[in-house]
Amino acid sequence: MAEKGSYTKRIDGRSFDALRPISAKVGVVPNADGSAMFSQGDTIAIAAVYGPKTLHPKNQQNPEKGVLRVHYNMLSFSVGERIRPGVSRRSQEISQVTEWALTPVVMLEELPGTVIDIHINIIQANAGTRCAGINAAAMALAHAGIPMKEMVSAVAIGKMDQTIVSDVTKEEEDYKEGEAATDIPMAYLSNSKKISLLQLDGRIQAKRLIEALDAGKKACQKIYEIQKKVLKESE
Amino acid sequence: MVHRTMAYKITKKNVNDAINLEKRFDGRGLFDQRPVEIEFGVSNKAEGSVRVRMGKTEVLCGIKMATAEPYTDHEAEGTMMTSVELLPLASPDFEYGAPSIQSVETARIIDRGIRESGFVDFEKLCIKEGEKVWSVFIDLAVINDDGNLIDAGALAAILALMTAKFPVYDEKADKIEFGEFTDKKLPLDKSKLPLTVSFFKSGEKVFIDPTREEEATTKGRLTFEISKPEKDEMINAMQKGGEVTFTTDEIETMIAEATKIFKKLKTLVDESLDKAEKENKKKKD
Amino acid sequence: MTKEKTEVKHGKREIVTPGEIIAKGDFLPGDWTTKEGEEIIANRFGIVDKTERLVRVVPITGVYIPRRGNVVIAEVADITMNGWIMEIKAPYQAFLMLKECPMYVDEYEMENVYGIGDLVVTKIVSVKRRAIDLTTKGRGLDKIKDGMIVEINPHRVPRVIGKEGSMISQIKIASGCDITVGQNGLIWVRGRSKEEELFAKKIIDFIVENTTSDGLTEQVEQWIKENKPKNLGKIEGKEAKEKTEEFAESSVESESQEFGEEKE
Repeated sequence: MAEKGSYTKRIDGRSFDALRPISAKVGVVPNADGSAMFSQGDTIAIAAVYGPKTLHPKNQQNPEKGVLRVHYNMLSFSVGERIRPGVSRRSQEISQVTEWALTPVVMLEELPGTVIDIHINIIQANAGTRCAGINAAAMALAHAGIPMKEMVSAVAIGKMDQTIVSDVTKEEEDYKEGEAATDIPMAYLSNSKKISLLQLDGRIQAKRLIEALDAGKKACQKIYEIQKKVLKESE
Repeated sequence: MVHRTMAYKITKKNVNDAINLEKRFDGRGLFDQRPVEIEFGVSNKAEGSVRVRMGKTEVLCGIKMATAEPYTDHEAEGTMMTSVELLPLASPDFEYGAPSIQSVETARIIDRGIRESGFVDFEKLCIKEGEKVWSVFIDLAVINDDGNLIDAGALAAILALMTAKFPVYDEKADKIEFGEFTDKKLPLDKSKLPLTVSFFKSGEKVFIDPTREEEATTKGRLTFEISKPEKDEMINAMQKGGEVTFTTDEIETMIAEATKIFKKLKTLVDESLDKAEKENKKKKD
Repeated sequence: MTKEKTEVKHGKREIVTPGEIIAKGDFLPGDWTTKEGEEIIANRFGIVDKTERLVRVVPITGVYIPRRGNVVIAEVADITMNGWIMEIKAPYQAFLMLKECPMYVDEYEMENVYGIGDLVVTKIVSVKRRAIDLTTKGRGLDKIKDGMIVEINPHRVPRVIGKEGSMISQIKIASGCDITVGQNGLIWVRGRSKEEELFAKKIIDFIVENTTSDGLTEQVEQWIKENKPKNLGKIEGKEAKEKTEEFAESSVESESQEFGEEKE
């Protein structure tokens, strides 16, 4: 197996595969058709869904299936150094990969010509924001009664020097020893266990990627159980 | 294209009638506020933050600090900037794109009330005259729009300012240690606390704190930002919005009501700050 | 030879989320479910309903799903040469053709008959992939000129109507109002005074907030007793019975949508 490396104990004391404390709630935005709050440790995301509704102008409609429009946005005071309100390149990229992460589960063929708007906002950021956003968005979609094949759950897996950990924090992202920190956000579909989000920032030996994916699968399973429970208890 | 969010014609008429009969749908009187909920510290990355709910309207405010060069005509004063994000999350009526006139006007009204009241001691925000001062950013984000965003935002701004603390700052290196806070609060003159109340007009009646449905029937509003530094109430800012007109009699009534509402809001502010203090002490022990 | 039926994993009134397996074995996949091999999988957040061999999910949240025969309250969004484009709070807009209007309407008079922004009580005559067709030919289908509109989650409509119209007639009697319920969650209330209309609205709001309780009928009776304003009139006897019957007709569709019937 791989060498032990320098990261033998996590900065916040968790075991390597432990997730941060999770809290979730649906219905947090009364005006929306569906909404949810999802927090992992100090990262807090809220998502609201409006739709399905007819997409205007007509020439943007897809006659075969519905369209998902995702907007990810971090509030200016969610981070240490203020973010100027508005769209950034980073938020555009995250909006796009989030849309790609959610699309496989939504039964868009049932809703041709319509649009479903998903708004994700990060209120407080401590790494893993796009994952918390996906988790909140999946719950908001279900809450809005959107037809879905299954649920989707996301987590950021990390490699701190040689050690694979689940649900990285900002402090871990800043780890500098050895091979430093590698951030691997991923999302799994709840039944088929297929992967709909996969990104990497850092470096990992090709033969170790599977290890990271496995850690992610287990973590996403835990997250799915929480999403399911909170939805069921909301009514 | 009719949006499903605009109030139905018949609903607008019903709401208008209800207000003119002084029988609002939720049973409130014309000058009764909805229940207000306040929660501090919604973002631990902000120098100060608060969540304010008025009925179902929900607004977040975060205070962020930075250092900057002062303006050339105010070399010994810090700066302040207020922004309002009408997040598309909050209402089917809010869209992405350049800030709408509603978000710009709301931000500027709230900013003026705070600035003109003298509540913030800008001179104490000076680090080195002519070179370096503190910039205070008041960032408001609307989470759910059920009417009366100006008042909710203004209250959130004040509460966030009053609980904000300076971040740790290395003056030599001019480096802010974001995420690490001192115990030092912002230089505020509490006697000059400005509080905001907007009056709306529907038909012939004037009322406050409309729900979204009620606001959809109004064609005008008059916002007052009031403080009470000594014996008399001071108006620090006013803004008439919308195409409707007001008579001087109506304005006199509004001023009288505004002073009553100021008292209620001040009590609310004091109580919620007290409660937050006590909870903080508990945490430290 | 029939396959063995394994038990349904979730009983009545059990809430499911997308992707959950709700039954295994010789069952048929109904609304909002898919069958994969032996398993019936939920495709929507809602409540499981099992009748004989059919397993389906009844939605509790989300936009209105149009069904043929439903009475819906529609808002005129636009007028074209051959009819009115209507908003019914569904994923798609609906269309009322000129010839589906009982009056003869000159194309220049269309705005006067049903103008933009007007609300009209209509019935859905057909639902195809993206085309929803309406009619105003029929008893009680007409433009709304007075009264009040109460908007609720369309999935709570069956509860507001009640078994065979029992709940809605309770509301009518207690408030003295005429009430027309649109399956799309818009309810038209018409009383002799705004007080009556507001009281009806309050009862409806109460029901919607408490739909998941058992014994809702008794709770509503109790609430009405405690909250009824002193000077409200009531309709009695024959008039009340007639209104209940008229109601039961239009609520036939809704019974099949009711979830977890109240055991009385």
